[in-house]
Amino acid sequence: MSEFVAQLINLLASTLLILAFAMISQRRILSLIHLFTAQGATLVAATLVVGYATDQPHLYLSAGITLVVKVILIPLLLHRVINRLNVRWDIETLINIPTTMIIGIVLVIFAFDLALPISKLSASIARGTLGIALACVLLSFLMMITRAKAVPQVIGFLSMENSLFFAATSATYGMPMVVELGIALDVLVGILILGVFMFQIREQFDSLDISHLEKLKED
Amino acid sequence: MRQLPLISTGVFLDPTSWVHLDWILLVVAAWLLIGVAGVFALHRLALVARVLFPAGGAFGLLLFGVALSAILSSPEVAVLPFGLPGLPFHFRLDSLSAFFLMIIGGVAAGVSAFAAGYFRKGEGTPPGLLALEYHIFLASMVLVVLADDAYAFMVMWETMALSSFFLVTANHRIAEIQRAGYLYLLIAHVGALGILLCFGILQADTGDYTFANMRSQEILPDRASIAFLLALFGFGAKAGIVPLHVWLPEAHPAAPSPVSALMSGVMLKTAIYGLLRIIFDLLGTPVWWWSLVLLAFGLATALFGVVFAAVQVDMKRLLAYSSIENIGLLFTGIGLAVLFSTQGMPVMAALALTAVLYHVASHAFFKGLLFIGTGAVLHATLERNLGKLGGLIRSMPWVAWAMLIGVLASAGLPPFGGFVSEWLLLQSFLFSPDLPSSFLNMLIPVVAALIALVAALAGYTMVKFFGVIFLGQPREEKLAQAHDAGRWERAGMAWLVAGCIALGLFPVQFIALIDPVTQLLVGSGLAKTVGSSGWLLAPVAIERASYGPAIFLLGVAASFALAFLLVRLFYHGRVRRAAPWDCGFPWQNARMQDTAEGFGQPIRQIFEPFFRWERELPTAFDAEPRYRVSVTDPFWHWLYLPLAAAVERLARLIGLLQQGRIAVYLLYSFVTLITVLLVVEL
Repeated sequence: MSEFVAQLINLLASTLLILAFAMISQRRILSLIHLFTAQGATLVAATLVVGYATDQPHLYLSAGITLVVKVILIPLLLHRVINRLNVRWDIETLINIPTTMIIGIVLVIFAFDLALPISKLSASIARGTLGIALACVLLSFLMMITRAKAVPQVIGFLSMENSLFFAATSATYGMPMVVELGIALDVLVGILILGVFMFQIREQFDSLDISHLEKLKED
Repeated sequence: MRQLPLISTGVFLDPTSWVHLDWILLVVAAWLLIGVAGVFALHRLALVARVLFPAGGAFGLLLFGVALSAILSSPEVAVLPFGLPGLPFHFRLDSLSAFFLMIIGGVAAGVSAFAAGYFRKGEGTPPGLLALEYHIFLASMVLVVLADDAYAFMVMWETMALSSFFLVTANHRIAEIQRAGYLYLLIAHVGALGILLCFGILQADTGDYTFANMRSQEILPDRASIAFLLALFGFGAKAGIVPLHVWLPEAHPAAPSPVSALMSGVMLKTAIYGLLRIIFDLLGTPVWWWSLVLLAFGLATALFGVVFAAVQVDMKRLLAYSSIENIGLLFTGIGLAVLFSTQGMPVMAALALTAVLYHVASHAFFKGLLFIGTGAVLHATLERNLGKLGGLIRSMPWVAWAMLIGVLASAGLPPFGGFVSEWLLLQSFLFSPDLPSSFLNMLIPVVAALIALVAALAGYTMVKFFGVIFLGQPREEKLAQAHDAGRWERAGMAWLVAGCIALGLFPVQFIALIDPVTQLLVGSGLAKTVGSSGWLLAPVAIERASYGPAIFLLGVAASFALAFLLVRLFYHGRVRRAAPWDCGFPWQNARMQDTAEGFGQPIRQIFEPFFRWERELPTAFDAEPRYRVSVTDPFWHWLYLPLAAAVERLARLIGLLQQGRIAVYLLYSFVTLITVLLVVEL
């Protein structure tokens, strides 16, 4: 039974990694949001499985919060934003996608190498997935760097938060409840503020291309 | 000795039991109150000028008197619970601080009286605010000299710098003055950093910043040397030694004249005080090579200052360079005192130190006098440029005669104070053959020769200063209408003139006042040898050298009277007034007389490599031919501008980090994260 659960967790973790790569290579904002929703759903599933396997009922609660906030509320908000701003289509990247993928692979190897000694110390059932979680964090960071538009950057930021959450779950069975609640609220507020910003940027520059912000630099 | 604050001991209510320190703190409190009163009378010039400034001057006199009697009494301490909790201000009054307090009080009395008549309406900062800044400046100088822990010292030192900055920029709407003020503030702060670090070394890792602790600490010679160099840098920046002098010629012309008088006469001396306090009192035994550093910087400063003073055409700038020269002489004297005291010759050290302290006093009086005199000229004529003045002795006889005394004292001519101090300094050089090291024996005569050169050039500069302003014919039409100084201004000048004359006529009595200070610093004094020779001033032994100002004065007066009588006797009535053969020029006008530029020309030729100068020559076809020379300070081009350019380049390099692109900023944190993770992994 526990063997099966462990395999299940590994499966979900690798799904997360694949989704992270998919997000890096995705050019369309709409698909990006779908991928982000899928990532959230996978995270919910992983949390539930870990909670069931280790008999930690508070993980069910955090899975519920994740479901509400990251699978339903934030994607809805994002959909509304892109509908209003009418930016459903295209994204330009600063570095072309194959190069980004190669950098991503290097990051994954680095993350696994980094996580190896840590997971040996951990007694967690999901300890093998720490490397994946770390790789997802770095990949999301990479996505934030390589995107030139505001919405994908926000999605990169949210996906990084997802990966951190997964890292916490897999390494130590989740953070304390208070912290989790706080983070969920933070993310929600953050997305609202960023939404306001996006409207403002759009109003100022008639575009969401953040390269316009370079003008704000002091010379 | 009193350890506790005044109020809690109850003596506060009973003035009969007050010691000197209580009276001095009373003066400080009174000055602060006068300043606060100024805030409530911001634009009421009559009140500020006729009540507040004279009251401040009266308290200056009180300070002068109290300090005079405190020099000869034993040290007093007080702890005031101001400042941060658990970190009270310690104050201590010993003979060294009393000596400097006497100078502060004496000069402040004269300058305040002058200021009462000086400040007018419509000059930038309102008069009430000027009164506040002025009295805070005075109070902070007193407390700097009294401070007995590094914390109180630094707080007061910075208060002094800030209040004088606001005084310098009284006419803050003029861009040139803003620039001068900024330069002053910048150098003052850089210098304060040096002093702060020096205190950091002096406390020797005990964490106790009182001077009492620093006195008891024995620090290693290497660390002591670092502390000495830091103190030299910090106090040198305030005093204006080369190459940190650049603020002086900018700030002095910018400031109102009473402020320049205080800054040059008194504030520069607080730096001398600090250096003496640290070298002789807090650092313990000096190392011999410190004296060479002091001598080198002192001589360079003196020579540089006097050469530049000789070629200036702005009267206040000229005086500022002259102050630089005098500071150079003081540093040279301190260097000599350090040298003698490290070679185990305390009497000689006391002689050099006496010369330094004497010069501190005489410079304070004559330079204060000269600066307020320029203020009177400035008010009467609205001109600072020597090229547009002249012949003022006829329209401003009062100011002219007072300035003549100041100029003679400044040129180091007997029977005034400047002569006594320079003579004592040269005397102490003449005793240097007794030094044990032959290297020093060869070096010192060269130094003495340079000092003599500086003294001669100072005389030259002063002839130029007085001659061009007051003698000859007025160079501008409007000068004929110049009015003489008012009553208050005259009173202030008369007090300082009296100081100059007294310092010249009573050297023996004054050295008796310096004696406790040298006893404190180098453990020896001159009072006994000097006192034994009566009215004749003989610093070490009467058969080696002596000087009797009274005899000298009598000699001068007698020969003058004799010449007068002889001329009267033999030529009286035989003078015939007739139109002379006019040698080809029938009239003589102001443009024919020597100008400031012309007078300084030989010096400019001789010392040409020192200068950077621009010259504007008239062409043959000019209707109004004008000749103009401006000399700029070479240190700007050699040191400060390259330094500024280097800082700017560095700032530009750092500015490259700021790209304005979010992706780049994210990349910075990404790279940092990866690097940190790599380090963790290794």
